[in-house]
Amino acid sequence: MIVARTGNEAMAEAMRRINPDVVAAYPITPATEVVQLFSKFVHDGLVTTEFVPAESEHSAISACVGASSAGARVMTSTASQGLALMHEILFIAAGLRLPIVICLVNRSLSSPINIHCDHSDSLASRDSGWIQIFSENTQEAYDSTIIAVKAAEQAGLPAMVTTDGFIISHGMERLELCNDADVPKFLGERKAKVSLLDVENPVTLGALDLQDYFFEHKRQEINAMDNTLPLIENAQKEFGDMFGRYYPVVDSYKMDDAESAILCMGSTGGTGKVAVDRLRTQGKKVGLVRMRVYRPFPKEILVKTFSKVKVVGVLDRSDTVSTLGGHLYNDLRSVLYDAVSRPHLKNYIYGLGGRDISIEDIEQIFSQLMEIAKSGKIDKDIVYYGVRGE
Amino acid sequence: MKKEKKGWKDLPSGLVLEAASSCAFETGDWRSEKPIWDPEKCTHCMICWVFCPDSSIIVEEGKVKGIDYKYCKGCGICAEECPPKIKAITMIREEK
Repeated sequence: MIVARTGNEAMAEAMRRINPDVVAAYPITPATEVVQLFSKFVHDGLVTTEFVPAESEHSAISACVGASSAGARVMTSTASQGLALMHEILFIAAGLRLPIVICLVNRSLSSPINIHCDHSDSLASRDSGWIQIFSENTQEAYDSTIIAVKAAEQAGLPAMVTTDGFIISHGMERLELCNDADVPKFLGERKAKVSLLDVENPVTLGALDLQDYFFEHKRQEINAMDNTLPLIENAQKEFGDMFGRYYPVVDSYKMDDAESAILCMGSTGGTGKVAVDRLRTQGKKVGLVRMRVYRPFPKEILVKTFSKVKVVGVLDRSDTVSTLGGHLYNDLRSVLYDAVSRPHLKNYIYGLGGRDISIEDIEQIFSQLMEIAKSGKIDKDIVYYGVRGE
Repeated sequence: MKKEKKGWKDLPSGLVLEAASSCAFETGDWRSEKPIWDPEKCTHCMICWVFCPDSSIIVEEGKVKGIDYKYCKGCGICAEECPPKIKAITMIREEK
């Protein structure tokens, strides 16, 4: 069935079809609608979920940890300050290997206070041991939410699926829905290794773990993330086989003969593809790479993708506030260090606090990149694009 | 003999341990002072049993029977709370 839906409506619809055992949540702009709509599904009896309206995001994710430890399939939704308030518990969920899924609507972090999109909230949580999948549009937000549940449960790690606040969350787009009956078939039941409610087989979870064992347990978690990429690829393949929509881990657009490329995440991928199309009609050898899966970081794929490219403009909708530029730029620089053939890199920090990025902006970035491809010279490696006074 | 500890590949994942693992943690090792209970003086009022933070007052059939030194950390709360007119528990220095 094809309908018109916003990103938030799409994520709520995905949750309806997943029918999680427990959803615990606290509202925050621009993610409020996800659980608000979902709570209506609960009220109307369309799902059998136990819905827990918590008094804060810290409590919401803590309730998720408890429910997931009991063996339940658990989801929540948040944004920005809400995710920041969950920060402490994010590490606990990953360390306890609980496959909780968050529908995260990307919004900048205070201060200054702002409700619009940048990626600083999820990227501030990038080291918490969560799988992170970014969406280009409403359809992906819907599909990735379903895929993430499967991948998270197989990996034994929690996952967050993101949309760009307001740009996707409140933008209405064409959405192809999955058949109600097929999603439970695709996901199956969660098979938790242990359950805190299983009184016949009692266990201890989250015990004190000192110098003699902490490192071994952390090593297990790191190993789980190391093994997660093929599990996501597999879940995406199975999803495609069932629903006809196939997704890659890294979305490469017109990269076969590209000399200049941009790397980005989220809705900018869609804008960038139009810019690539326009420049291609003028015979320019340009391409776009969009990260769908940001954690685990698909390093081999990126090294291969950029092996023949002359220059890459890395578009970061975030900054590490560290003299090092954006998150994605740092990650890519790091993986290219050992690459036999590596392109020039230039970091464009853009769109902080929801500042718009247009097709023309990306065309302008490409014209700078094509200049670098020609000259082989970069005057400034980190630039703040679209900020007044630069 | 030193016990070999398991490597990360051999440990159960997700920090899952057997239930009631704290039973295996003998906190009596921590003691620097030891409570001595005098059965002659004890009136079995149970105040020490109520206050002991480590459930180390052994009670059988409503009577105090002694102190569980496997878990007693020697905090001295029992001796402090034992009524002054009774003084059935005194603390002495732990000798190793």
